[in-house]
Amino acid sequence: MASVLVQECERPGFSFENCQRNAFLASKGFPVPKAVKTGTTIAGIICKDGVILGADTRATEHTTVADKNCAKIHYIAPNIYCCGAGTAADTEKTCSLIASQLELHHLNTGRVVRVVTANNMFSQMLFRYQGYIGAALVLGGVDNTGPHLYCIFPHGSSDQLPYATMGSGSLAAMAVFETQWKPNMTEEEGKQLVNDAIQAGIYNDLGSGSNVNICVIRKGSVDYIRPYGDINAKGKRQGSYHYKRGTTAVLSSKTVDIEDVSVHTVEPVESMDTSA
Amino acid sequence: MSYNGGAVLAMKGKKCVAIAADKRFGIQAQTLALDFQKIFEMGPHLYVGLPGLATDTQTVHERLKFRLNLYELKESRHIHPKTFGNMVSNMLYEKRFGPYFVEPVIAGLDPKTFEPYVCSMDLIGCINEPEDFVVAGTCTEQLYGVCEALWEPDLEPDDLFETISQALTNALDRDPISGWGAVVHIIEKDKITTKTLKTRMD
Repeated sequence: MASVLVQECERPGFSFENCQRNAFLASKGFPVPKAVKTGTTIAGIICKDGVILGADTRATEHTTVADKNCAKIHYIAPNIYCCGAGTAADTEKTCSLIASQLELHHLNTGRVVRVVTANNMFSQMLFRYQGYIGAALVLGGVDNTGPHLYCIFPHGSSDQLPYATMGSGSLAAMAVFETQWKPNMTEEEGKQLVNDAIQAGIYNDLGSGSNVNICVIRKGSVDYIRPYGDINAKGKRQGSYHYKRGTTAVLSSKTVDIEDVSVHTVEPVESMDTSA
Repeated sequence: MSYNGGAVLAMKGKKCVAIAADKRFGIQAQTLALDFQKIFEMGPHLYVGLPGLATDTQTVHERLKFRLNLYELKESRHIHPKTFGNMVSNMLYEKRFGPYFVEPVIAGLDPKTFEPYVCSMDLIGCINEPEDFVVAGTCTEQLYGVCEALWEPDLEPDDLFETISQALTNALDRDPISGWGAVVHIIEKDKITTKTLKTRMD
């Protein structure tokens, strides 16, 4: 019955129903507002026994800092993580979409998902959208074939590299890698190098800032360090800028009491069968 | 975003959250109404503010209410503000290439632990979950400045009210297309206090 009144379910994928209206508004001088960009420094290296990913934590909206401590290293699979630069919503949603597809792939095959698979899924999806999904990614992980690092561009091309940087601070970070990277670095050396590269971005690129996040992926274990070190801590406030109670002129006030919320417990019907 | 004007602000306090907005509805520089609702109740401890294009404020609110009703029927429990945030985010990202012109702000308490929660989003659903406060609308620069100076951790409900009200009214005075009255909701475990503020009317 409900389906007569309400559409059964919404069509999957993007909806373009506001496009005509938005184009009309744009023609009248009200362009589509800008989305949050990450304006980022992200980087990754392959070291002796794994992959190390790093990112700054600033998100910008035009020239204001929208988020001072955001997480740009996204989960893809237990053994794969991905740093995102570009349009913040695009990197976030693209990563969670691929993460869910890879989880299904993992359940179907019963194997540890490979980094190449993730890379192919990302580049195929981004190519399909011809660069309109503005996600620039550094994908890293460890699978049965060893550690892998990929650099994926918004139009869908990708490189496999031993060290990679992306985002507006990529030049600053790459300058550090080009001078200091060497094969078979230990984990500690690697973390220090990635930290230096991200810090180069934080201090020399205006689009990057705040803290360093680092994610170390080894065979069988992951360390997500957020933040790595405590740089750029906010200064301590000297005085109190408190407004006294009653300063604000109030026209009307209404208080509504909330009764105890009754909690319904729903018994699980049956656990999902995840065996192959 | 600047066709109708408007501003919304939310702050965390000690075991409470506050969300505030102006009440103006105008078309560019022409003010049409002084009682426009931008903050909507979505649950006993959950409020969403939708500043931006006024038509989308109302459309997005209705669509969210629809999705939320289906969720609550299906789950027979109140939604967690974080879950609700993801619901809003997914709805907005669906329209990635033809977005609604709204920047949602969510304020609420965890339905079980009553932990305070605030988040904001851009118009295509990129979630920002800070520890302190969130701002949205046409005077975000002013709001960021004043909130950064006034906000401090663990404010009691009464102090949180003063802080959020002063932050909002002072920012509104520097934005010609927002203002004309303001409303503040203080959300606590056992009660919601809604206050309307006296502001400049010019």
